[in-house]
Amino acid sequence: MAKELWKGNHAFAEAAIRAGCEGFFGYPITPSTEFLEYMSERMPQLGRAYVQAESEVAAINMVYGAACTGKRAMTASSSPGISLMSEGISYIAGTEIPAVVVNVIRGGPGLGNIAPSQGDYNQIVKGGGHGDYFPLVLAPASVQESIDHITLAFDLAEKYRTIAFVVVDGNIGQMMEPAEMPPMREPPKKPPEWAVTGAKGRDPNILTSIYIHPPDEEKVNIRLYKRWLEAEANEVRYETFFLDDAEIVIVAFGTAARVSSSAVKVAREEGIKVGLFRPVSLKPFPYKQIEEIAAKAKSMLVVEMNTGMMLDDVKMAVKGQIPIEFYGRLGGVTPFPDEILDEIHRIAENPPTKTEFHERKEWIERLEKIVEGK
Amino acid sequence: MVTKSEDAILVYERPESFTSTHTHYCPGCTHGVAHRLIAEVIDEMGIREKTIGVAPVGCSVFMYHYMNMDFVEAAHGRAPAMATGIKRVSPENTVYTYQGDGDLASIGMAEIMHAAARGENITVIFINNAIYGMTGGQMAPTTLPGMKTTSSPLGRDVEMMGYPVRMAEMLATMEGAGYVVRRSLHDPKHIRQAKKAIRMAFETQERGMGFSIVELLSTCPTNWKVSAREALDFVAEQMIPVYKLDDFKVHPELAKLKI
Repeated sequence: MAKELWKGNHAFAEAAIRAGCEGFFGYPITPSTEFLEYMSERMPQLGRAYVQAESEVAAINMVYGAACTGKRAMTASSSPGISLMSEGISYIAGTEIPAVVVNVIRGGPGLGNIAPSQGDYNQIVKGGGHGDYFPLVLAPASVQESIDHITLAFDLAEKYRTIAFVVVDGNIGQMMEPAEMPPMREPPKKPPEWAVTGAKGRDPNILTSIYIHPPDEEKVNIRLYKRWLEAEANEVRYETFFLDDAEIVIVAFGTAARVSSSAVKVAREEGIKVGLFRPVSLKPFPYKQIEEIAAKAKSMLVVEMNTGMMLDDVKMAVKGQIPIEFYGRLGGVTPFPDEILDEIHRIAENPPTKTEFHERKEWIERLEKIVEGK
Repeated sequence: MVTKSEDAILVYERPESFTSTHTHYCPGCTHGVAHRLIAEVIDEMGIREKTIGVAPVGCSVFMYHYMNMDFVEAAHGRAPAMATGIKRVSPENTVYTYQGDGDLASIGMAEIMHAAARGENITVIFINNAIYGMTGGQMAPTTLPGMKTTSSPLGRDVEMMGYPVRMAEMLATMEGAGYVVRRSLHDPKHIRQAKKAIRMAFETQERGMGFSIVELLSTCPTNWKVSAREALDFVAEQMIPVYKLDDFKVHPELAKLKI
């Protein structure tokens, strides 16, 4: 198929349809609403299920029900909606059924605003629902990658029988870019063995997340964790940019990575040895790769659109080998490439030596000056 | 006269839709009666192999141990949403929820009302025993005025704790509902009427006539702190005056149906 101009949320939705999504259940929320609007037209056209639910709570439980039949089901929402869905997300993980959730993150906490943010990193990556479970999390940085990740998310959710998230921010949900759609994939004819389809010629299938005897629940927890270990070994994804001889390594995901890459290009033209490492899968997180890069680099700069949530994971990966600096914008503010370039200049001119990690405290003092226009 | 075994006629047996597992329900509880009626109806309609049940959170959380058919277990109150998801992607299946009053009328109020409003082609069996059973006898939205529970120990004071919720009456106002009735399980006559209503509710779904619900007045002798016998009397004497037994909405096409 040729490249076409696609709006992020529409591209997501069409990609889901082409990946064989047979049930979409959602609730309007900015900045992901166009996803639902697109589905409201396309899904009925194709004879597939679409419901505008009464709430995000109901929407995720509709996904839960539809996914129990073994068919591909999903929802898309944004931060406050994801909070409401946390209940169903935990049940889906506990029942060991696959489902896909897209979070177009907006500024928070609370009602926050509708501008792009990465403030849900901890909620999504560390698991916003209750109990021991392990979601898979993909963080695309372009409309094309979002399209590709939707298909991948369904495949991974099915492979590991868990919930898979695709997280972007409002920038990627709202912007238009040239992108190529995959061909239409027909939904599978035969349901998986575990699905509820009516107990015709077999014993009943029971799909539940309740294990009232703790030793039974513990066995389930062990199974979930072993499955996760397998995902951790096989599903780490990342991208590198100018990393070969980089002395300063920026670590950023999603939009923050895209903005950082512009700054890296300019800095390279100036002769600064800076590169970019972009985690594509946020869970499993590329700990090992970052550890290896840290062994060769002189310092790191983590850039996020939050107060440094991924920073904690980067620190775990780096294990104190080199100093880490942090730069973030908050509350729905997207950083400009110039801001990242300023940070690169600052680090290049005064290479950090400390590894006692007060990077957040130093950053917030710098940020306050920027915000106040000093 | 001695009847020879080859002449014996089987008049009562375990429905195929029922497993032989002993239930965990308390003596005098009507969950077992309600389960059996559903199993009999599903057998009689010959739909066991295409039926998917949705269990609630509450005493009947383990209902799937007793029903011989595919089952899922919903989050508290979300059974109608889960049933919606199942039915929308698999309209060829028969889908029903089984929910108590805490599940359906309190935490799941939004899900049940909107499932009815959308005219979801699902069947709901609603057990109203005016109390929370599993958590140990707390006040439910359906608790009668003045009724003592562990969370209304001096009796439900309607000034402070609000009034009983009449679900069937409310749901009957929804255009998407095809069949909305209330029955009781306190004596054999009413149990027979309840079974007929459950059959009608499933027939509603099989005919694609929208949302169907049977509210069943039920007992909880353990948490009402009365004997099994007194519990049945409580339903007849105290509950029925508040929760009128009636057909609140019957699709005209269904009214013609003879079962």
